[in-house]
Amino acid sequence: MTVRNRRPFFYLAVAVICILLVLPVITFMINAFAFRWFYPQFIPAEWSLQAWERLQLIPPEGERTLTNWLALLGSSDVIDALVVSLVIGVGVTLFSVVIGLPAARALGMHKFRGKRIVEFMILAPTIVPSIAFVLGLNINFIRWELSGSLFGVALVHLVPVMPYVVLTLSGVFANYNPDFEDQARTLGAGPLRTFWYVTLPAIFPGIVVAALFAFLVSWSQYLLTFLIGAGRVITLPILLFASASGGNNAVIAVMSLIFIAPAILTLLVTSRYLSGESGAVGGFGRI
Amino acid sequence: MIGERWRIPLMLAPTLIIIVVLFFGSLGYGFLQSLGWQPNIGNTTFSLDAYATVLFSPEYREQFWSGLWLTIWVSLASTFISAALALMSALLLRQTFIGKKIATFLFQLNLPVPHLVIAIGMIFLFSQSGLAARAAAQLGMISTPNEFPVMLRDAGGVGIILAYLWKEVPFFGIVLLAILQSVGEDYEDLARSLGANRWQRFRHVILPLVMPGLLSSSIIVFAFTFGTYEVPKLLGVRFPEMLPVMALEFFLNPDLNARAEGMALSMIIAAITLLIVVAYMWAGNRAVQR
Repeated sequence: MTVRNRRPFFYLAVAVICILLVLPVITFMINAFAFRWFYPQFIPAEWSLQAWERLQLIPPEGERTLTNWLALLGSSDVIDALVVSLVIGVGVTLFSVVIGLPAARALGMHKFRGKRIVEFMILAPTIVPSIAFVLGLNINFIRWELSGSLFGVALVHLVPVMPYVVLTLSGVFANYNPDFEDQARTLGAGPLRTFWYVTLPAIFPGIVVAALFAFLVSWSQYLLTFLIGAGRVITLPILLFASASGGNNAVIAVMSLIFIAPAILTLLVTSRYLSGESGAVGGFGRI
Repeated sequence: MIGERWRIPLMLAPTLIIIVVLFFGSLGYGFLQSLGWQPNIGNTTFSLDAYATVLFSPEYREQFWSGLWLTIWVSLASTFISAALALMSALLLRQTFIGKKIATFLFQLNLPVPHLVIAIGMIFLFSQSGLAARAAAQLGMISTPNEFPVMLRDAGGVGIILAYLWKEVPFFGIVLLAILQSVGEDYEDLARSLGANRWQRFRHVILPLVMPGLLSSSIIVFAFTFGTYEVPKLLGVRFPEMLPVMALEFFLNPDLNARAEGMALSMIIAAITLLIVVAYMWAGNRAVQR
């Protein structure tokens, strides 16, 4: 073990690295509440919630009654986009875990002919850029009338999501002992009960990590949603990108904060499961 | 009962159907279209015209080659600089110190933050009226915003590289920290007891240990930075333009002939990334055989 480090230079270096890295997130927090923050002020002289009011996330001052808060639900573009993003993200997460589980079990616990090819095929979307497949997909989805629908967008999100779900879960199954399942069967449990009472509790932590990654990868997709959503599926990144190329800084900052909130919450929850060797970490390269 | 023979194929089927139909099917369909096969507008013959137009026609030649060099430069620079910075950070953060938990959390904070958001953060930080310019003004280094160097939407892709650094340093860092922690410091202590100095311990102990992990994550980062759309779209210029942005512009052009050229560009992007991965795997196999 290293001796506890007390050199001031060491602490300075660590502080500089950490502060530099979190600066983008800090600028969002400042910008979101800044009012008339003119150059060359370093810290805004005035603070306000005007951007939050403009995006109809909170009612204007003096009108913050319960009815007005509830009225926001139907009138704010940001809340609408948030709901669309959530619906797609949750749908993609559930579906990807359900179809990824058996595949991960096959890859994690069985040897079979062609296994390397199957692994290569499932991992291919993690390396090949989205732009390479989405252009061809776009034409076919228009033909199959899936373009511009929530279902179509969710279906496309499965392509970048599946590799990480399968990778994470197959790692879990590789360390899983199926003997308990045989014991449950011997004691008379059917396949469903065995899965529910034996398999599921054993692999549950792995499922949580896989699900969180699936959600985050879907949550952060811009290009796939843009091309397949065809302007009719407005998720948070679509809204944010549209205003990023020329909008009010405070408004952009508020939307960015809302967009990254679930991501940072996820990091808080998963950080103890994270180690660079788990396959899921590769998912961060894709967000 | 389903026969044992069909069990594994059935378990794999749902995932494979998604990947084969949506991913490989679209890739193949895009390839056919890049060869000029567009049955909906009556083209059912194959040709390499779209590739020739993109690569050699006087109209697009300069745009393509300048874009290709910019893309290669940005991807290489982002990968190498972030790998080096991450290695330095990981060597600091692996030590035991007061506040290590907080420092590690802050170090990892950008991991789940989407690239799009980091790109916007770069605008807030490094535009001519951004936080860095304001700091320079407060320190009396510049007096008007346009004295601050142009770092975003510049021809050299500096803004794009900066955004990737902010994203990829934590990514490399978490991989490196895991390797360093699982290996422990026994080898270094051994080298020290044999008289190796700090540089020698770094060069002959740490570097060989982290190299495989560093290389495989470099491939992920290179491939990602080579094919991303959002970051160069927000932080790049129109000339020279990164290839993914160019491909989408061709594709969204109302002229349906330009679509084949957009497809050709996206195939070139995919081919270059695949080439790098294959070269890496080939080199890896050779290293194992030796």
